Amino acid sequence: MTPIIEFKNYTFKYRSQTEPTLLDINLSIYPGEKVLIVGPSGSGKSTLAHCINGMVPFSFPGESTGTLTVNGMDPAQTGIFGMSKSVGTVLQDTDGQFIGLTVAEDVAFALENDCVAQEKMFELVDRVAETVDIKRLLEHAPTELSGGQKQRVSMAGVLVDDVDILLFDEPLANLDPATGKRAIDLIDRIHREKKKTVLIIEHRLEDVLYRDVDRIIVIGEGRVVADQKPDDLLVSDVLIREGIREPLYVTALKHAGCQLTAEDKPEHIETMRLERHREKIREWYGKVTLPDPKGEKEPALEILDLDFSYISGNPILANIHFRINRGEMLSIVGKNGAGKSTLSNLICGFLNPDRGKILLNGADIADKSIKERGEVIGLVMQNPNQMISKPMIFDEVALGLTVRGVPEDEVKERVGETLKICGLYPFRNWPISALSFGQKKRVTIASILVMNPSVLILDEPTAGQDYRHYTEIMEFLKELNEKYGITIVMITHDMHLMLEYTDRAIVIADGQLIADDTPANVLTNEQIADRAYLKKTSLYDLAVKCGIEDASGFAERFIYYERQVRENGRLQTADL
Amino acid sequence: MAGSRLLTYKEKNTWIHRLSGVTKMLFFLLWSITGMLTYDTRILIVMLILSFVIFALSRTEWAQVGTVFKFILLFLCLNLLAVYAFSPHQGTIIYGTETVLAFSGRYSLTAEQLFYEFNIMLKYLTVTPVVLMFIVTTNPSEFAASLNKLGISYNVGYAIAIALRYVPDVQADFTKIKHAQEARGIEMSSKTSLWNRLKKMSMIIFPLLFSSMDRIDVVSNAMELRGFGKHKKRTWYMARKLTRNDYLTLAFVVAFAAIALAITFSDGSRFYNPFV
Repeated sequence: MTPIIEFKNYTFKYRSQTEPTLLDINLSIYPGEKVLIVGPSGSGKSTLAHCINGMVPFSFPGESTGTLTVNGMDPAQTGIFGMSKSVGTVLQDTDGQFIGLTVAEDVAFALENDCVAQEKMFELVDRVAETVDIKRLLEHAPTELSGGQKQRVSMAGVLVDDVDILLFDEPLANLDPATGKRAIDLIDRIHREKKKTVLIIEHRLEDVLYRDVDRIIVIGEGRVVADQKPDDLLVSDVLIREGIREPLYVTALKHAGCQLTAEDKPEHIETMRLERHREKIREWYGKVTLPDPKGEKEPALEILDLDFSYISGNPILANIHFRINRGEMLSIVGKNGAGKSTLSNLICGFLNPDRGKILLNGADIADKSIKERGEVIGLVMQNPNQMISKPMIFDEVALGLTVRGVPEDEVKERVGETLKICGLYPFRNWPISALSFGQKKRVTIASILVMNPSVLILDEPTAGQDYRHYTEIMEFLKELNEKYGITIVMITHDMHLMLEYTDRAIVIADGQLIADDTPANVLTNEQIADRAYLKKTSLYDLAVKCGIEDASGFAERFIYYERQVRENGRLQTADL
Repeated sequence: MAGSRLLTYKEKNTWIHRLSGVTKMLFFLLWSITGMLTYDTRILIVMLILSFVIFALSRTEWAQVGTVFKFILLFLCLNLLAVYAFSPHQGTIIYGTETVLAFSGRYSLTAEQLFYEFNIMLKYLTVTPVVLMFIVTTNPSEFAASLNKLGISYNVGYAIAIALRYVPDVQADFTKIKHAQEARGIEMSSKTSLWNRLKKMSMIIFPLLFSSMDRIDVVSNAMELRGFGKHKKRTWYMARKLTRNDYLTLAFVVAFAAIALAITFSDGSRFYNPFV
């Protein structure tokens, strides 16, 4: 069979860069295959996708050597428009790529540009809407849709063109775990029913493996590092070496000292053959002992019986009641639109509750202004670009102090100190535009820290970050928490984050607090996970399959063990 | 999103909503031109009555246009005062007579001046309801399609449609950024001086610009990937064929404009003169 996509000795260098981003790529993808492409940020995996759909070299100019053939064409000759007839691209920003004012128009967009007659458009849009199950949403505006629905619309928008290749660029980036699972399921269905060639670029490996893929291609520093069947790849150490997170159950098995082979079929935990490893896992479970829980602490923030609604009779939050202890690291989780952000808006004073109280260090803060609250409760937004308003790092971090009229000497001293804590001191005179996304995030955290808040609230601190950057940001937050005693609250739907870095999870679903428990308990409780659009962790399945009754205890031991391993600087398999 | 947002299209099933955007646009253009050219009070009064009838037929709610309407009224009052302040005898010059009602000297108030300003007011009031109605009854996508049909490049139409698409997103961004900056201590309240407020406003505008720029990047890539700009022409999902009602409406407005202008200019002057 001739490959539908073929790279031969392909090298590409962006015009703006001195080093090539893709190096000597040799890769063949055959019609009807479903291939997952993984790699850390900056590895070149997105560039690879851009080469296939013609964005390279047309939107992102540069030079290439070697050959690339897609569906018998050379994208560099055919152009973006020509390629769009063969390759349908679904971008990661489901919100940004929504072009039409309604769902129907957005789906029809490619047809309109092709001068398809209106009657024909109605028919095609209807048919494709049926495929991805958005028929009843056709008249809706984008603001009325959830993230998952928007993604379905994007899929419909490329499917109307009847392309042969579907290219998904980080399809899971903005979705909560349960919605992500459904997206993967839908991609799988389209792949099987429509016989398309599917390429998925994603670093959330475990989530993509919810459904079969034929091959996984690992890209590292511009080269193809591995091109293997999932079962073969998962038993190797390529993923760890390249800084990609393995599925949790695989890591757990490796921690327990199990020698995995492809015959164990580790692609899915549900169908994995564990007979050989059961004893080892049980033995390991018995050996790891948890430290005693931290003693009861004083409350930093108390939320007492909070109610809130925009329109009366339609509550966004009802009877929210919990406390956050001093020095705690806590997560607030739940699906998009469950009321998590509303809660942080209430705490920061952007909104006022209909009923209930918020106490900070025992005192009611109802009559405190936004500015006054901002001095004790710091809010870090998800997108650093939404906070940065000064061109230079020093000025940005100093902003909160200068507007409060702090004397210049003190500003200089405090900013310097904060920059040191955040590891930004060497860059203090740099323009912010020269920083990476992760560094910008640090700047925004620094600009809040400089005011010495006692509580730090972060909205999705690691959204869209690969494993290495995720670990970097989270370790930094952990250090702030441990060394400087800052209470940290994170609003997230990243299950790894809550499991690995927080002591407690507040779960909100449909405006109600449905759980206030350890993350291990939350993520091994099917009922709670379902209601909050989370996904039960694969550690649960592993424990159950190995006959360990206390699945939550197993998850907890795993996390504790992981932390130890990380702190000792070994991310490799280790024996006790 | 509950409730009506100011000056945005709202789906309703009236015959005005069902008219094509081209028809409404041509109607609105001819209507405004006629209203601007004529000073014939009789015609203006007929137009005024028709305007309000059309406005009522479109079932436009006060919440959709109220604020804008009040703003236009304020502007109208200022305009009327300004005309009086700068040329208090314009009416006399136009109508050729002088009937002083009150005061004397430079600012003597004449019946002619009052009548002249009354005509200006009528002009505002005949055009305003039609403009507002056009905005709230025309689907922006269909409007873009209409502009294209009238021979204007589809890029222009699409630029308008896409701006409308992103208005709610940018508004949401704005609120978020404003809140975050307020928490950092940048107060936007009216407590500080205008200059300070402007300076602080820039602390919202810059982040807003940067995050909007990210957005533009994504959108333009997404549009290109789906073939926007491939051909000189494109079709429109939302396009509406002209129906009998469209032709009737067009015929009416053309006839009305022709008759109105014929009457207006029949005596060689744009003004209807009740004083001679």
